[in-house]
Amino acid sequence: MKYALSTLAGAALALGLIAGPALAEDAGIIVYNAQHESLAKEWAAGFTKETGIKVTLRNGGDSDFSNQIVAEGAASPADVFLTENSPAMALVEAAGLFAPVDADTRAQVPQEYQPSTGKWVGVAARSTVFVYNKDKLKEDQLPKSLLDLADPSWKGRWAASPSGADFQAIVSALLQLKGEAATTDWLKAMKDNFTAYKGNSTVMKAVNAGEIDGGVIYHYYYFGDQAKTGENSKHIGQHYFKNQDPGAFVSISGGGVLASSKHPKEAQAFLKWVTGKGGQEVLKTGTSFEYAVGKGAESNPKLVPLADLQAPKVDPATLNSKKVIDLMTQAGLL
Amino acid sequence: MASAIDLTPSGLPGAAGQSRRSTSWITLAAVLVSLIALLPLAFIVWTAIQSGWETVLALIFRARVGELLANTILLVVVTVPIAIVLSVALAWLTERSDLPGNRWWSWLSVAPLAIPAFVHSYAWISLVPGLHGLWAGVLVSVIAYFPFLYLPIAAALRRLDPALEDAAAALGLGPWRVFARVVLPQLRLAICGGSLLIGLHLLAEYGLYVFIRFDTFTTAIVDQFQSTFNGPAANMLAAVLVSCCFVLLAVEVIVRGEERYARVGSGAARQQQRAGLGRATLPCLLLPAGTALLALGVPFVTVGRWLLAGGADVWRWDEIGLALGQTLLLAIAGALLATIAAMPMAWISIRAPSPLQRLLESCNYIVGSLPGVVVALALVTITVRVALPLYQTLFTILFGYSLMFLPRALVSLRASIAQAPVELERAASSLGRPPLRALWSTTIRLSAPGAAAGMAMVALGITNELTATQMLAPNGTRTLAMAFWSYSGEIDYASAAPYALIMVAMSLPMTWVLYVQSKRMAGR
Repeated sequence: MKYALSTLAGAALALGLIAGPALAEDAGIIVYNAQHESLAKEWAAGFTKETGIKVTLRNGGDSDFSNQIVAEGAASPADVFLTENSPAMALVEAAGLFAPVDADTRAQVPQEYQPSTGKWVGVAARSTVFVYNKDKLKEDQLPKSLLDLADPSWKGRWAASPSGADFQAIVSALLQLKGEAATTDWLKAMKDNFTAYKGNSTVMKAVNAGEIDGGVIYHYYYFGDQAKTGENSKHIGQHYFKNQDPGAFVSISGGGVLASSKHPKEAQAFLKWVTGKGGQEVLKTGTSFEYAVGKGAESNPKLVPLADLQAPKVDPATLNSKKVIDLMTQAGLL
Repeated sequence: MASAIDLTPSGLPGAAGQSRRSTSWITLAAVLVSLIALLPLAFIVWTAIQSGWETVLALIFRARVGELLANTILLVVVTVPIAIVLSVALAWLTERSDLPGNRWWSWLSVAPLAIPAFVHSYAWISLVPGLHGLWAGVLVSVIAYFPFLYLPIAAALRRLDPALEDAAAALGLGPWRVFARVVLPQLRLAICGGSLLIGLHLLAEYGLYVFIRFDTFTTAIVDQFQSTFNGPAANMLAAVLVSCCFVLLAVEVIVRGEERYARVGSGAARQQQRAGLGRATLPCLLLPAGTALLALGVPFVTVGRWLLAGGADVWRWDEIGLALGQTLLLAIAGALLATIAAMPMAWISIRAPSPLQRLLESCNYIVGSLPGVVVALALVTITVRVALPLYQTLFTILFGYSLMFLPRALVSLRASIAQAPVELERAASSLGRPPLRALWSTTIRLSAPGAAAGMAMVALGITNELTATQMLAPNGTRTLAMAFWSYSGEIDYASAAPYALIMVAMSLPMTWVLYVQSKRMAGR
């Protein structure tokens, strides 16, 4: 038995040596990151470089993290929560789990890109877009409104990624603008008309390959691919709905500090950095192609300016993700 | 309980008493492990009760569940027979015919196991971008999983006694009818076991079907998890998925039957003669060659192509090194834990079998057949609600792995403990060693090779595991599979390629062990 114990101890020690650098290191602040991994990595690296505070990212999606934080409650290991869309922030806010954002951080972001409650701030923004295959659709054949896609003439011709929080945010805007009955009808028609893909990149790739005419995704996938090889966006055209259409929805990516954070000062500093000059500059110069929202911050010049998008006015704090998921589950989309 | 496993060793009275006591300790350990293994099942029953009957009915009897059920059933019903036909044909060609290079073809028919299923799918989707739906699912599933059938069928074919076939031929049956009436029935156990294994993998796999856009219960559960974390809809889908697993297990028991397959007669069986293929050699070569091309050629060519396209940029060594280290840690520690947890049950099943023990053992197998996503969903919810200090810890993920892969360790351990003579344990006891030490210095040491093989199997499983790892991993964890998945999700197929290559390189030696072991079992 002694041998057994010493062998086991030896094995444990060896594992500890491998694991030490891998897992046991001081984690610094823990960020539940639902934003693009590459963007969050750039933010974390820039922040650590400037302040010396280490950042550990746990990567996931908007909806699973927001529900996870609610389930974890006061015991959540997370210090900061970053999302791609607002509904997830609203969910955590409604559970009362956010600490108020520092006033000077809020002062860095214009009123329209943060909720009135001051519990979180916008860190970036993205616009809904209809991507289409330029060989298959002429400009005059494009849908005038997101609602047109419910028409039987669009059967089998458009794609989306319903399991993603991005598309669910667009539906939450639709719900907010047009009400529950209209949204339910639209989702039912969508179930008949659309083809489901997993992930917006995959939607664009399929549209580009001519597998399907068009798709409802966000604007930056096209620019990201163009910046790389352009292989998956050669035949892609981007159609912005504009006219305050639900399909012109601009979604605000949020950042917030958890009330349960064990490093509140560092967590607030991180949020301040992300919404400040350094963090917003990453949006302009990096490869994320999301819109910068900081005061005086510029977005990448390749993008259609935010101000020209004629987005509908939606208060981000009112977006209801739970209702959207229920409606989508009822429509058989999830 | 102690009476059920009375050992009555012939040693000294004192040693016997001690030994009995140690046996009951081992039994207790085995009972504990089996009960803990039932945790995920208990969880699903508990959530069903918690959600209330109406919610359960509303969430289970809806059109979406019907769609998923149809998809899942079609997938199993179409894939398994194709895999059976392919595997029987390949096994016959490599084991019973004079196919040139049959040893090579035999290894090439096992090697696809080293490629994780989602890498197969990734390879196909980059070769044929529009691939999707049921038939794509069937194609990639057959290619990824047929070795699970090939291995046991080939082993069984090797051990068949040619005398039976000779007798049938002497009674006037032609070669085809001999095959159909004598050989095929003897392969029944191998076919049933392999089919069950494939069926369970079809139910549990996630990544493969996401790439080719084919929704099954497992993909839908992950979708729900991503939308609601641990909502009732996900749990109810899990309940239906678990029922599907039970149906598969039951079907296998019914089809397997209770016929006797041992040979009767004295002396050793004659060596089999390989059938001459003659002019059919060339067309027959096409089958193993074509299979190897689809199952190995396609992944290697696409991974190679992406590596070339990516160049040196995709080898981000700091990132890859970290992922490799973490994967190794999880795989080794998980394998160790699973093997230790399997030991008491393995020992009792050989030294003190009883009806109760068989019941407990079957608990382990049933939980091992559950998809990773179900086990993970249960553990996430249980730890977050009632065992918060264990939430998102290394312990919980290793625990999850142990539940999922315990049967792999159990099977290998049991086989090698059976070969360790009980007399050695008794002799060590009678020479004055305390019971557990006697066990350690005899049986446990002798079973080391089996334990090692079992650990390799568990480690292989953990290396290629994706869904449970994503849900249970401690903060900051990024395994090879997670990194691969994240890059391929962003359509950055080139950056994903190094991870695919490393996973295959890690799995190849373990697959080789499996191959050699199956040959040895057949006495070659």
